[in-house]
Amino acid sequence: MLPASFRVAGSSSFSEFLAAQSPELLPSSRTGDASSLTGVTHGTTIVAATFDGGVVMAGDRRATMGNVIAQRDIQKVFPTDEFSCIGIAGTAGLAVEMTRLFQVELEHYEKIEGAVLSTDGKANRLAALIRGNLGMAMQGLAVVPLFAAYDPDAGAGRIFAFDVTGNRNEERSFHSVGSGSTFARGSLKKLYREGMSEDDAVTATIQALYDAADDDSATGGPDVARRIFPMVGVITADGYRTYPDDDTAAVADRVIAGRMSQPDGPSAPLI
Amino acid sequence: MSAPFYVSPEQLMKDRADFARKGISRGRSVAVVQYLDGIVFVAENPSKALHKISEIYDRIGFAAVGRYNEFENLRIAGVRLADLRGYSYDRRDVTGRALANAYAQTLGTIFSSGGEKPYEVELFVAEVGSGPTTDQIYRLTYDGSVADVQGYAVMGGQSEQVETHLGEHYTEGLDLAAAVRLAAVSLGQDATPARALDPGQLEVAVLDRTRTQPRKFKRLSEDVVAAALA
Repeated sequence: MLPASFRVAGSSSFSEFLAAQSPELLPSSRTGDASSLTGVTHGTTIVAATFDGGVVMAGDRRATMGNVIAQRDIQKVFPTDEFSCIGIAGTAGLAVEMTRLFQVELEHYEKIEGAVLSTDGKANRLAALIRGNLGMAMQGLAVVPLFAAYDPDAGAGRIFAFDVTGNRNEERSFHSVGSGSTFARGSLKKLYREGMSEDDAVTATIQALYDAADDDSATGGPDVARRIFPMVGVITADGYRTYPDDDTAAVADRVIAGRMSQPDGPSAPLI
Repeated sequence: MSAPFYVSPEQLMKDRADFARKGISRGRSVAVVQYLDGIVFVAENPSKALHKISEIYDRIGFAAVGRYNEFENLRIAGVRLADLRGYSYDRRDVTGRALANAYAQTLGTIFSSGGEKPYEVELFVAEVGSGPTTDQIYRLTYDGSVADVQGYAVMGGQSEQVETHLGEHYTEGLDLAAAVRLAAVSLGQDATPARALDPGQLEVAVLDRTRTQPRKFKRLSEDVVAAALA
């Protein structure tokens, strides 16, 4: 039997329904003292860049637990609906839970309302979820996702970055989050071009992740021996698709081949 | 003070059933047909905004006839049930059978409780499987009875003529266009002479197992329906 509360006319938001129905399932219900926790898995670097007609997001595959590599092939880029995706950095357990909740949130709204949320609406919902995790973030378990979407109204890719308090910043061209983000962003700054093609944007993000792994110990570089390469998601007017492993491997192999003669990667003109 | 009239339980249930049936028979019919790659729902519904056919979950679709506010209420409850279960367990753990059971119990309780009027609705819950043999279609009536349907089914006003026509012309392994055409022609059999329905009057959606996305539900646009009917 469907509980009476399921049949009450109410919000189209799944997280609001969850708060009323099963609050213990909400990420924000975690209130214990986590400051002395050890052995927490962290995700590291995510980059995203827009191109002509879409947006690309890529993440390295390493998860760390202190000085230990917890996982070599973790997935950190997740599609959240047909036209958006999220890349997670920070505490992996909380970030994955938040991503799952966000995925259901978007789908639930779409099914109840019969309409898709606007891109800004999606970003604002995500900001609210991040803000709900503030208590944990203050104890060191921060979740800082990067959100990318193709906006059918604008006909362009958009990137949104957040801080732990849920402050939302839209980035027009490229952005990066996570421990290696400083290096990745510096790299993208030199490699990014307005109106670049999809292939070029994918190459640029993989170059940026290579630079991040070069200088940040927690970011994993391309693992040539195990054939583990960054995970790449592309969103265009046709929707989200994960780059096939073989395609990413081909790009990564070209990047690595270039670095054999130029270990610091392509150089930008001085002026 | 006058004594209340005695009404036998049989009479009470019959009155409630008549009431619900009368409400349902006022609306147009909805047909569901299994085709080669899945299940297609076809409803006569000129509205583009108020749907009779909806997505519940990855492989589960929903169609209803009767009072809009009542089936909309059940639809939302079903989406909440499915999303909550999928979120707490896994997407694969959301099944059409569990949803049909929940609806059956809810409709049955409302039908037999004295406090509420019976719901004037009938529902289809369909789940597309990995092949035609694992497809499931459940038909739920206002009193909470459930029937497991094979191949095709119709509900709503004048559904008998429609179902007879559908049964006479249905064959296994139809392609999508043929299934839509058959359902549309059958829905027109509720009057004599039979009406011809144009694409604008039809709401059509499929659960297509060949879709690469996890969500198999898809609405067919008017152009696609027109092409199928041509």
